[in-house]
Amino acid sequence: MTTHDDTLALPLPPAPTLYHPTPQLAALRANRPVAEVTFPDGSTGWLVTRYADVRQVLIDPRFSRAAAAGSAASDTGIAIVATDSILGMDPPEHTRLRRLVAGAFTARRVEELRPKVTALVDALLTDIAARPRPVDLVEHFSLPLPVRVICELLGVPPEDQHIFHAWSDTIMSDAGGDPAEIRAAMGSLATYFGKLIADKRATPADDLMTALIAARDNADRLSEQELVNLCFGLLIAGHETTANQINMFLLTLLHFPEEYERLAKSPELVPQAVEELMRFVQLGEGAGLPRVTTEAVDLSGVTIPPGAVVVMSMAAANRDESVFADADRLDLTREITQHLGFGAGAHHCLGAQLARMELQEALKGLLRHLPGLHIAVPDTELRFKSGMIVRSLQSLPVTW
Amino acid sequence: MWNVEVSSACIGSGVCAGTAPHHFAIGPDNRSRPVATPLEPHEAILDAAVSCPMEAITVTDAATGAPVEASL
Repeated sequence: MTTHDDTLALPLPPAPTLYHPTPQLAALRANRPVAEVTFPDGSTGWLVTRYADVRQVLIDPRFSRAAAAGSAASDTGIAIVATDSILGMDPPEHTRLRRLVAGAFTARRVEELRPKVTALVDALLTDIAARPRPVDLVEHFSLPLPVRVICELLGVPPEDQHIFHAWSDTIMSDAGGDPAEIRAAMGSLATYFGKLIADKRATPADDLMTALIAARDNADRLSEQELVNLCFGLLIAGHETTANQINMFLLTLLHFPEEYERLAKSPELVPQAVEELMRFVQLGEGAGLPRVTTEAVDLSGVTIPPGAVVVMSMAAANRDESVFADADRLDLTREITQHLGFGAGAHHCLGAQLARMELQEALKGLLRHLPGLHIAVPDTELRFKSGMIVRSLQSLPVTW
Repeated sequence: MWNVEVSSACIGSGVCAGTAPHHFAIGPDNRSRPVATPLEPHEAILDAAVSCPMEAITVTDAATGAPVEASL
């Protein structure tokens, strides 16, 4: 395939810091907002970086997820999983599955869960406060919190974390470039859930998995494979990002100590602080799940042809100065904005309200239980798991 | 015909506009609105209402004012 000399190679060079996107994105947003790019396999597509354009790609049905299945930029674990799941569908197929689960994740339903989450946060942090310092926050707080919340909601035994977490990690990675390893992890999760679903069929419970089984068995609203994929998709999506986002929130807050101080003094700022952190924090460096155009579309004066692979940088869009004044500054008093941290459109994060609530309670709990909290090692000694699509810490030693 | 309303609870997630693009659009304020109201009844409108994370969409029968509920 021919490429122009000025075609940009993806992935972009990694960002020099944990706290800002790679500087090239700002230049692209200003000068080449819809840039022709080359993917690692040599095929070409487009990278979109402005807020309004990224939002349009996410919402406008002319940018199809279903048509992107198996395309370039689809070799990560999450993209392989997406291809076989709700994440790889367009409306109305997508809607058939989304409708089955949307009710469990509305703002109203999530509020009903809040007291339980607050109690869980208190229990985890009381345990941490009694431990010798430093304590690994990943092992004792940021991972178990979302794992237990999604397990309870779905009806998965949380003590099985040691069974499913490694498979989940593999799926959230590039598996060292070996898709077979990702498919093996998916197979293991499917087998695990096959057994859980059989158990639930025999002994129904008051949980989301039981409700989904009823939707299959009583109303034939989804296939058995869709049932299994939906369950393990919810399990993975329900904890990997939230766990790592708790870590990244804390790292970012402690990197801007005046903002951390401000929050410590005014915990009533937590809800808007969570929105600002969702906008600001660099959870992942990737470009989201690719779309493919179903017809020619004009974006920022560029005509993208039909059948083109389009990727978008939420990190770039969230730093768009035309929408967020002084966008590279973390400002926890910023008015609540419609950031793209949860995406937008039909695939807008199903668990956004749940994640918001967990992140709010996690921050409030850390401020309440561990005043003076700080990271026990310098940034240079932080170890991230390699090849993950989100920044995933192996451990986060903290003291206070 | 159905009357379709999007309440102030809307956070502009775009779920409705992505799910039912012929019935909902995002305005310049980044919030959703029905493309018109009343609208010709269509299942996609109820899909969007059920999928809204904020439960911000209400659908009522334009003639009777009775709420139109999605079948589950």
